[in-house]
Amino acid sequence: MANFSFFIEVLVGGLLSGIMYSLVALGFVLIYKASGVFNFAQGAMVLFAVLSFVGIMELGLPFWAALPVAIGLMVLVGMATERFVLRPLVSQSEDTLLMATIGLTFVIEGAAQLAWGVDVRNLDLGIRDEPIIWVMDKTGMLISQLDIMAGIVATIMVVSLALLFSRTKVGRGLRAVADDHTAALSIGIPLKHIWMLVWATAGVVALVAGMLWGARSGVQFALVWVALKALPVLIIGGFTSVPGVIVAGLLVGASEKLVEVYFGPMFGGGVEVWFPYVMAVLFLLIRPEGLFGEKIIRRV
Amino acid sequence: MFYREAGQFRTSYAQDSQIFPLRQDRLGMTIILLIAVLIPFGANAYWLSAILIPWLILSLVALGQNILMGYAGQLSLGSAGFMAVGAFACYNFILRVPDIPFVVAVVLSGICAAMVGIVFGLPSLRIRGLYLAVATLASQFFIVWSLDKFGWFKNYDPAGVITAQKIIILGHEFVSPREKYWVVLAIVVVLALLAKNMARGSVGRGWMAVRDMDVAAEVMGLSLLRTKLQAFAISSFYCGVGGALYAFAYLQTVEPSAFTIDLSFRILFMVIIGGLGTIMGSFMGAGFILLMPIFLNILFHSIFGKSVDASVISAVEQVVFGVMIIMFLIFEPLGLARLWQLTKERLRLWPFKH
Amino acid sequence: MPISKVLCRKLSGIAAAGALLTAATVSTPAMAQQPEQYFPVASMRVGPYNAMGTGIFGGVIDYLNYVNIKHGGVNGVKLVYEECETEYNAARSVECYQRLLHRGDQKMLLWDPYGTPLAYAVIGRVAADNVVLAQAGYGRTDAADGRVWPWVFGATANYWSQIAMKLNFIQQKEGGIDKMKGKTIVHLHIDTAYGREPLPAMRQIAKDWGINLIEIPIAPPGLEQQSQWLQIRQAKADWVTFWGAGAGMSGTALTTAARVGFPRNKIIFVTFGGAEEDMIAGGAQAKDTNVVAMVLPGKQWPLIADIEKVLYSGGAGKGNMQNPNRVGTIYYNRGVIAAVNYVEALRNAQRIHNKVGKPVNGAEFRDGYEALDYTNEARRKELGINGMLPPYKLSCRNHEGAGTFHMMQWDGTKFQITTKDWIGPNDPKMIRALIEESAEKYAKENNITLRDCPN
Repeated sequence: MANFSFFIEVLVGGLLSGIMYSLVALGFVLIYKASGVFNFAQGAMVLFAVLSFVGIMELGLPFWAALPVAIGLMVLVGMATERFVLRPLVSQSEDTLLMATIGLTFVIEGAAQLAWGVDVRNLDLGIRDEPIIWVMDKTGMLISQLDIMAGIVATIMVVSLALLFSRTKVGRGLRAVADDHTAALSIGIPLKHIWMLVWATAGVVALVAGMLWGARSGVQFALVWVALKALPVLIIGGFTSVPGVIVAGLLVGASEKLVEVYFGPMFGGGVEVWFPYVMAVLFLLIRPEGLFGEKIIRRV
Repeated sequence: MFYREAGQFRTSYAQDSQIFPLRQDRLGMTIILLIAVLIPFGANAYWLSAILIPWLILSLVALGQNILMGYAGQLSLGSAGFMAVGAFACYNFILRVPDIPFVVAVVLSGICAAMVGIVFGLPSLRIRGLYLAVATLASQFFIVWSLDKFGWFKNYDPAGVITAQKIIILGHEFVSPREKYWVVLAIVVVLALLAKNMARGSVGRGWMAVRDMDVAAEVMGLSLLRTKLQAFAISSFYCGVGGALYAFAYLQTVEPSAFTIDLSFRILFMVIIGGLGTIMGSFMGAGFILLMPIFLNILFHSIFGKSVDASVISAVEQVVFGVMIIMFLIFEPLGLARLWQLTKERLRLWPFKH
Repeated sequence: MPISKVLCRKLSGIAAAGALLTAATVSTPAMAQQPEQYFPVASMRVGPYNAMGTGIFGGVIDYLNYVNIKHGGVNGVKLVYEECETEYNAARSVECYQRLLHRGDQKMLLWDPYGTPLAYAVIGRVAADNVVLAQAGYGRTDAADGRVWPWVFGATANYWSQIAMKLNFIQQKEGGIDKMKGKTIVHLHIDTAYGREPLPAMRQIAKDWGINLIEIPIAPPGLEQQSQWLQIRQAKADWVTFWGAGAGMSGTALTTAARVGFPRNKIIFVTFGGAEEDMIAGGAQAKDTNVVAMVLPGKQWPLIADIEKVLYSGGAGKGNMQNPNRVGTIYYNRGVIAAVNYVEALRNAQRIHNKVGKPVNGAEFRDGYEALDYTNEARRKELGINGMLPPYKLSCRNHEGAGTFHMMQWDGTKFQITTKDWIGPNDPKMIRALIEESAEKYAKENNITLRDCPN
């Protein structure tokens, strides 16, 4: 019985971690879906967003005033990216665009350190990241308010993004642009605005992810690496599916924790560093376009 | 005027199929090789051991990555993992096989890496594009993890950072940077010429057919299984050899954490900046990605000295490097090799443009 | 620090750079130059270890400048430095090592890269290059044996002494070694060579004392530690010895410990990742965490106070720290002490080799480093560091030095020292024997003849 409740504990812990992965992966999906770019700089954007947010608060603004300023800043970053990186590269190959976002990573990382220095900061969201006592007493499960918060935020974001893509005119424009830039341009979809909007939204998503991760790990440089955790989530979920990201995040989170806890000790631990990727490969062998990805039909 | 093919006739089949059909190219190549061989007499230890040796080695690895990515069109992010295989295989060959010549050990390590590469290349038969890239990350993480976890690979060294053995060929010990440079240069030149030959022969044509449209290639009777795995094997062989050299001729230590995902990414940058599907580009790209941060670091420190906060300088270096990459892609998306090609074409007409 | 201030600093810096450039082109080089001694600074100012790199190397640079300004150098020899960015990357640090090896006609005397992987990357080169590898509290442990590693110094203590000290501390808290039997201690470590470095000594002591030792690795960068801490909870661990690197991993460890309800006062951090930055990353959950200190933090030490006065106060603007509030933090003070070692070694070298007032070479500097001696209280007071580091001296055989530490506890805003005196391993002889055994094994495998050491 004790073993079973431990199993549940690990499972729940994994699912909750998975939501945190999904939040980061969401930024990738957004940009990939709308512009066909695999945005390598997403991790750097997470760092930049939350570092700016904390930095703005240090300048003396209260939490609720700093938030819109930080969002505004991320919108500016998104617009600048569109103007100076993507627009000159319209209709280049996927590799070139990927490389451009890698260049962008260096710029953003450098800029973040230039603007806000190298001090490590702590972000207090006012939400306690400690187990809620009555949940622990009732069920023996460790769930903190921050976990619940992360879950709520993730749900809100997924629902609103899904609605944005499927129900609005802008969303349809987004999907058209993703299918074919030039075709979309030719039927009068304003590419500039669409891209700008998407990058700005991705910046906001990065800010949200950064705030939750920053509250847990401190606001410091290593946050750029949360992107690595998002990659297997992306493949399993499919690069273009918003709900897929959530399902895949839960799957990755839960399975990697279970494997680490139950099989890790056999090999001296650290299994979770590669397990999600291997699992992703296995998934791909069955469904090469990811769990929820769009099936690509190729003709000769 | 000088770079012109007019008047050079190929009168035999052998002449038609040589690596450098143009006299100027042959001459240029000879000069470059001559300079490369003689450079140690002019360069100091810093240039040899900290710039030229890693540059040559990483060019070789970039070449391997380019075979896979540029010629065969298989996006992969596991090159540092295959380098690690090469490095550890080389360590174990020298450790466990008495009196094995260094070059033999290096070639065998390349073969080990190739075998591992085939295993991790298997998903490519079903997955393509970005999905494959992320899938190959599995190999990167898994290889580094297992080299770290299974003590046999490290000969149960408690520290986990092993001092690389000495480079011994035919009883001679290669100690000085100059000697090591020559060893590296010899291996790199042989493998680069080999790659050039493969790329323009039937093997390379097969790769390119798969890259351009794999379904079409299959319809035309090409075995996808064979071609893709062949590309993975050969690419990993190059990475493995590069990894062995990186550990033995450059770092002088063998440890898993030298072959992180960061290095894999850097190698990817080299190939894209240098130019996909070119041999020359691998060398140029490796030069750019490896040397540019060093150059910026030296440049900014010598311009600003100690009057500007070094933290600011380091951050500015990063920004400038990133901006350079982006500018590059905007102005020449086909890479450094394309610039070289354009120069050649200009030279062909120069000085009479019309 | 507000961005406006940062900008101001930058602008004045750039302006100064411009002025300097003009000055350099206009004026002719000064005649009759003051003799100089050159030190390399292999810093990491960008990347995940930027907080550590800026603190430590800021301290190093500040002390070198301080000696120049306050005392006119070492017996008239001016201290100069050259900086190179390693990004905490072994390959780049090798490039830096080669680049900084020569400066003009001077060769560098020592290499202090501040990272275990970075120290390992050059440990095979330093003897041939006549360069001292100063791995102050990090790096290869068995290099504390001066017979096998004449060019490597680990003062003031190494990782094996440190883990033994932690266990000694736990033992004292628990009320004696006999109470340790059956206690569960988890060594939670980063999954690299550095994280496993203390294990040989730790396993030995665990076996001797009957401790149930569990080793749990965290894959870097360690921003997710849920499964590790659940395992710790499941094992009902009594203590956790945390061996991480980078503020992200440290902060995550503390917040995750709080999530599974593990008391922070039962966690002991390693010196390397145990600074204010690591605690700040953990936020409110970091309170009560124990951290081992090799050099004590604070501005109460006369030397640190004086450096602040000379380089920073009244907007002197001569300091290297971008954020002057970080003067007196753990990393900063460790950097200062590292530089005190350089300077004292240089002073010794000048004295031993009759080169007072002249630059020394690598071999002479090595002798000077080996002659480091902080046992004289008057000298410690003169330096303004009495109490900041343990009294110790190095010898031909002993390249470790003190092997003792203090324990600190984070009170939410700063560290409080919780031990009365410097404490070391319960049985230092046993640790020393392990070190010499390991070093001798290495020497045998690599055909190194042991140096003959009188003591």
